[in-house]
Amino acid sequence: MAKNDLMGGSLWDEYSDIVADRMNNPRHQGEITEEECNKNGTKLIVADFGAESCGDAVRLFWEVDSSDVIKRAKFKSFGCGTAIASSDMMVELCVGKTVKQAVKITNIDVEKALRDDPEIPAVPPQKMHCSVMAYDVIKKAASLYLGVDEESFEEEIIVCECARVSLKTLQEVIKINDLKSVEEITDYTKAGGFCKSCIKPGGHEDREWYLVDILADVRREMDEEKMKNAADAVDGDFKTMTIVQKIKAIDAVIDESIRQFLIMDGGDMEIIDIKESDEYIDVYIRYLGACNGCASSSTGTLYSIESTLREKLATNIRVLPI
Amino acid sequence: MNNIYMDNNATTMVDPLVLEEMMPYFSEQFGNPNSIHKFGTSTHPAIAKAIDRMYSAINAGDNDDIIFTSCATESNNWVLKSIWVDKILNGDKNHIVTTEVEHPSILSTCKFLEDQGVKVTYLPVNEKGIVEAHTVKNFITDKTALVSIMWANNETGMIFPIEEIGEVCQTKGVLFHSDGVQAVGKIPVDLQQVNVDFVSMSAHKFHGPKGIGALYIKNSEKLTPLLHGGEHMGGRRSGTLNVPAIVGMGKAVELATTNLDETMSKIAKLRDRLEDALLKLPDTVVVGDKNERTPNTFLISVRGVEGESMLWDLNNDLIGASTGSACASEDLEANGAMIAIGADVELAHTGIRLSLSRFTTEQEVDQVIAAFNKATVRLRSISSSYAKVQPTKGGEATECAIAH
Repeated sequence: MAKNDLMGGSLWDEYSDIVADRMNNPRHQGEITEEECNKNGTKLIVADFGAESCGDAVRLFWEVDSSDVIKRAKFKSFGCGTAIASSDMMVELCVGKTVKQAVKITNIDVEKALRDDPEIPAVPPQKMHCSVMAYDVIKKAASLYLGVDEESFEEEIIVCECARVSLKTLQEVIKINDLKSVEEITDYTKAGGFCKSCIKPGGHEDREWYLVDILADVRREMDEEKMKNAADAVDGDFKTMTIVQKIKAIDAVIDESIRQFLIMDGGDMEIIDIKESDEYIDVYIRYLGACNGCASSSTGTLYSIESTLREKLATNIRVLPI
Repeated sequence: MNNIYMDNNATTMVDPLVLEEMMPYFSEQFGNPNSIHKFGTSTHPAIAKAIDRMYSAINAGDNDDIIFTSCATESNNWVLKSIWVDKILNGDKNHIVTTEVEHPSILSTCKFLEDQGVKVTYLPVNEKGIVEAHTVKNFITDKTALVSIMWANNETGMIFPIEEIGEVCQTKGVLFHSDGVQAVGKIPVDLQQVNVDFVSMSAHKFHGPKGIGALYIKNSEKLTPLLHGGEHMGGRRSGTLNVPAIVGMGKAVELATTNLDETMSKIAKLRDRLEDALLKLPDTVVVGDKNERTPNTFLISVRGVEGESMLWDLNNDLIGASTGSACASEDLEANGAMIAIGADVELAHTGIRLSLSRFTTEQEVDQVIAAFNKATVRLRSISSSYAKVQPTKGGEATECAIAH
């Protein structure tokens, strides 16, 4: 929210002139019939995508020759101006390409072809979704022609179709930049900045992956990693640890190298507190069970605990029984 | 060709007679009505006149209040939020009953109150597009603080059974608020005849200026102010009185409600002519019975033509209309009213609302008929819904993945 967002209702002003022109006068709307293709010895492919109940539907017609080249293409579309303009441009981009080349056309190619100025988007963010349908229907047509599954054209999992951002990219960006909110993800990747379906369930369209879940998963992973690192830091530099990490590290050493001997003699110990000064790290402990009152507890045993901690963690540790 | 305005449920033009009465209160009699000097007091007769006009327009009693606000959104917020404060936070109630098809100023406020822990029941409309009184009755509990149901729907024009709902609320002893924005100035609103405790109104829906609304409060019912401040409007709504707008609202409501039946039957005649002509197009349907709607409104669905494309083509022919459906709004939602009345899901994105006014002319209606027909033919020629060649086997679209 800022000055530029204060006034609504500028939707149509954000359409490029090309979008308006293609809406007013689509060049490629129409149908291709089986008879025409039979006469030309070509193959007709007709694919639908979307539905009226979604607000957007497109039917794509391809006439493909024996060398897999799309000789002619047409479309019919139920949708708003940007849907019609996107379909028209998509069809134009298909003509003359082989089916395999056509599959490489993405919604972003379609949107860029609709721009008046290469730097200014052809449609406002919430309308990017319309061009996605243009891409989806190409995949559908190609899968019919090649007799393969649509999924086989996708090399990676696309979470945000509008901006074509993959799951892998999102996971990396969240991790590397330590992103904490969906807004930050949108700022970094544009994902979720258009039709918003991929942000969370309940949007324009059901999705397999949602940004909120991806963020939560990656954050959880990062937290676990951090905790694991903290635990591993027992082997790391004791001086740079936080107080909690220091207590854990001391506990770990006691568990590993000291407690078993005390328990063998029917005793035990616990850490009461840690106080740090410039010179020393004082570890206050209390003996439990048989250790309590044992003569060695202030001599041999104490010496052995202190030297073990000094050896494993830091040379300036003092152990003080209370 | 002239610009033709067919979106009078969104806003209306200010009647030149209204503007004329407002003019002296900008630069000549600009005083603050709360000042005790003559600059202030000289505005009092005009304000008193506006108040009188408001009271007689909706037949309010002398014990009732009509408080000027900045808009109906403020009036709606005021009722809901103050009922929450008075009856829920500082009382033993916890429940509000409303409908699924209210204006966003009701629905968003209810969502906000839900976040604060209030229980809200959103009643669905029936296949005619209204909520019936017996439905309301079934959902009122002894914890219900307020029933808030619109007088007439902005999208379909359907008039709700306010008299019956008022009786139900009275019997149950529950306060009843009605958003009357689409009713006042379009249909008779007589508050001696119906039991409604609060009614929201907006001047710019009946050829008054924007930035001024009102809230009718029966028997001066207690309602904590939304805006605290000085002792304006008897302390019920603070903020320096917007004198020119108040004068304008008074004049506008008088013009809109004097000879209401006559004016409205004229508008209804034009509306019916337009509606009947458009319904001659195949595969079209209008929501709700003519006689149960506000006289200026209809919501028509044109199969195979997405709402925003129709608006686009109409706009190219200098006609301003509206759609509550998908692409024209920021949130890409389907038309709530179309879904609510149980229309085919294919029609959810095809609704076009045309709303006339007393300034709409016969010639304009004819132009709209011509442009609408032209647009329907063109857009259906592009539409996949009317394509002849069927998809290659396996190329059919899968089920719509959108949650409605």
